[in-house]
Amino acid sequence: MSYNFKEIMSRPERLAPGHRMCAGCGGTIAARNVLRALHPGDHAVIGNATGCMEVSTFMYPYTAWQDSYIHNAFENAGATISGVEGAYNVLKRKGKLKEDETFKFITFGGDGGTYDIGFQSLSGAVERNHDFVYVCYDNGAYMNTGIQRSSATPMYADTTTTPVGSQSNGKPQNRKDLTNILVEHDIPYAAQTTFVQNFRDLHIKAEKAIYTPGAAFLNIMAPCPRGWRYNTPEIIDICELGVETCYWPLFEVIEGEYHLSYEPKKKLPIEDFLRPQGRFKHLFKKGNEHLIEEFQKEVDRRWERLLKKCK
Amino acid sequence: MAKRDRLSGNEAIAYALRQINPDVFPAFPITPSTEIPQYFASFVANGQVDTEFIPVESEHSSMSAAIGASAAGARSLTATSSCGLALMWEELYVAASNRLPVALALVNRALSGPININCDHSDSMGARDSGWIQIYAENNQEAYDNMVQAYRIAEHEDVRLPIMICQDGFITSHAVENITLLEDEEVKGFVGEYEPEHYLLNPECPTAVGPYSVTDYYMEAKRAQAEAMQNAKQVILDVAKEFGEMSGRTYGLFEEYQMEDAEYAVIMIGSAAGTTKDAIDQLRAAGKKVGLIKLRVFRPFPADEIAAALANVKAVAVMDRADSFSDHGGPLGAEVMAALFRARSQAYAINIVYGLGGRDVRVEDMKGVYAELERIAETGETGDTYRYMGVREQA
Amino acid sequence: MAVDLEKLNLKAPWQDLTVGMMIHEGGTSKEFHTGEWTAVKPHVNENICRQCLLCVQVCPDSAIPYDGNGRVEVDTDHCKGCGICAHVCPFGAIEMEGF
Repeated sequence: MSYNFKEIMSRPERLAPGHRMCAGCGGTIAARNVLRALHPGDHAVIGNATGCMEVSTFMYPYTAWQDSYIHNAFENAGATISGVEGAYNVLKRKGKLKEDETFKFITFGGDGGTYDIGFQSLSGAVERNHDFVYVCYDNGAYMNTGIQRSSATPMYADTTTTPVGSQSNGKPQNRKDLTNILVEHDIPYAAQTTFVQNFRDLHIKAEKAIYTPGAAFLNIMAPCPRGWRYNTPEIIDICELGVETCYWPLFEVIEGEYHLSYEPKKKLPIEDFLRPQGRFKHLFKKGNEHLIEEFQKEVDRRWERLLKKCK
Repeated sequence: MAKRDRLSGNEAIAYALRQINPDVFPAFPITPSTEIPQYFASFVANGQVDTEFIPVESEHSSMSAAIGASAAGARSLTATSSCGLALMWEELYVAASNRLPVALALVNRALSGPININCDHSDSMGARDSGWIQIYAENNQEAYDNMVQAYRIAEHEDVRLPIMICQDGFITSHAVENITLLEDEEVKGFVGEYEPEHYLLNPECPTAVGPYSVTDYYMEAKRAQAEAMQNAKQVILDVAKEFGEMSGRTYGLFEEYQMEDAEYAVIMIGSAAGTTKDAIDQLRAAGKKVGLIKLRVFRPFPADEIAAALANVKAVAVMDRADSFSDHGGPLGAEVMAALFRARSQAYAINIVYGLGGRDVRVEDMKGVYAELERIAETGETGDTYRYMGVREQA
Repeated sequence: MAVDLEKLNLKAPWQDLTVGMMIHEGGTSKEFHTGEWTAVKPHVNENICRQCLLCVQVCPDSAIPYDGNGRVEVDTDHCKGCGICAHVCPFGAIEMEGF
């Protein structure tokens, strides 16, 4: 798929201003730029799991979505969009929707609604291979309820349910590798991206995800300035460090085949990603060097595993 | 032309659904409702319906998908029982608050635990305050007739609420009975096309569903929902009248059996009404003035109408096939007692919990209830107004 | 059918609420001015800006519009002053300024 920057930028904005997300929110940056991949003239129904995005973008009577939108509950975004897509198929079949009216189906969920409580519903929806895209804006914790750990929270992160204390170094467990779990569902398209390369990578993957027939999954690292405690304007720097340290590799899996989207020329040490974030501040205390080493080991292990899959 | 057949309750519901030809049917199996999606899947497999059948991975998802489909502009439904309904709990409220006319074919079964697959009403009674219309059946014929009427009620512009069509697990769902069926064309004409004004898949105008509501709006939204439920009562009657003209079978909010001069009345829901009618016939033959109110519509609750129907009785037994564990009575008991109190009724009233987990109700049991009502009226002593029937006790 | 937001104000009687609280129009949030949340706003130095449009893409509030030819004036009714645009600008053309 081609990438015509000027044409893409000329497309109408599908996420209106006036939503109540925090200043500098990464989730909204993800949503806006995914929607930009929709072809002009195509309609969309946006699904949304309960979370920051939902309570902020459709606060009665103000919807920020230019397209049709449905929020149902926290754990069922996959099932809800399954029903919408089913309705589309039957209304088309019955001639109630004209041949030339195209609707695409895109569901947004945070990591809480995707990795955890909504996992069963998502797994079912992609197994049934409904023609939709599930976009996870992964900010690594339950941010809406006040920064509680999720299964996407990285090891050692300080959250309100894995607080750092005299007997605790933050979250004891590693994060769940959801993108690969979705790949193992044998869906036509799955990818990981974030806000780098002037959004080129994100745009191309979003377009593929939306226009590949069948179920697609897009996992977007979307930093949360409040939960991660970095300097808000530096969101793009954080994303770049995530990619350059191989903490958040960019890759896509098309019909089961892995493709590495980007390989850093010189992989940066994980400290560079951790240091600007307040949630990892305790790792830089004297005597905690071994924790960073552990973290690095895990990043390396996962990176090597991915490289093998991409060969 | 009416057609006579012999069908089980589940077959009857599936038959009605084939005739209705709904748009989207997400389903998950659970005893004793499983046969409904099974039969329906075979209709899909043989091209007898246009429906999108979505075999989902849980009942929470079946209701979630039904909600998504309904919001999208499709006529949707699902079927379930017991724990399946309990798993949908959150979604029942969402369907009602979104004012989506989703239908649910419920085959009543006891809730866990202990796990039990047989009939009682604890599942639907647990959902009684979720904002759904609830209509119950005594037998297969009624289950079929109620299903045919469901969408006309739910989709009515004054209502726009989800509707639960209930029948008793195994007792009617699996028992084959004589049934009179409508012609496909009759049902099609009666139910009509679903033409929602607003829906997600309208290319002319986007729709947003499921907002966050601040306190300033929440209560107003609930008040509007309450109004819709109030409106449902007349719509149910209007639809029943039209259905009666087509089928020759009449329905109201409840059925009165031998109530004209009844001094002792039982009020109950579901299949046990058949047993009670047998008891009444025997007692009437012996000169006893006994009668029955078989409730068809539990939500909206016809409180004034029930109180009026009970205006001249000396004593009434409210029979609950579910307990509320309130130490005070079951759900139907609470509703009927409140209705009687508001109508300043002087009748003696007791509340009896019976038939839990499929426990049999015999004609003798019901004759015993009438004998007890007669004793109460004569002595003026009600005894315990909240009691169990058909349970083993220490001597 | 457009939604009458005026009618749906915080004092609206229950009869005036939309059925099922659905909203039959896109982008009504534009009527809610999140620009009031902040005292700092981006100021673009037009002489330095090279119209690379990175600020347009990165704005979480869709508050840096593009009109088909180029980036136009910042929508201060909605900009929350997060400062991402100023930080990412490769040419240093954007500065956050107090009102």
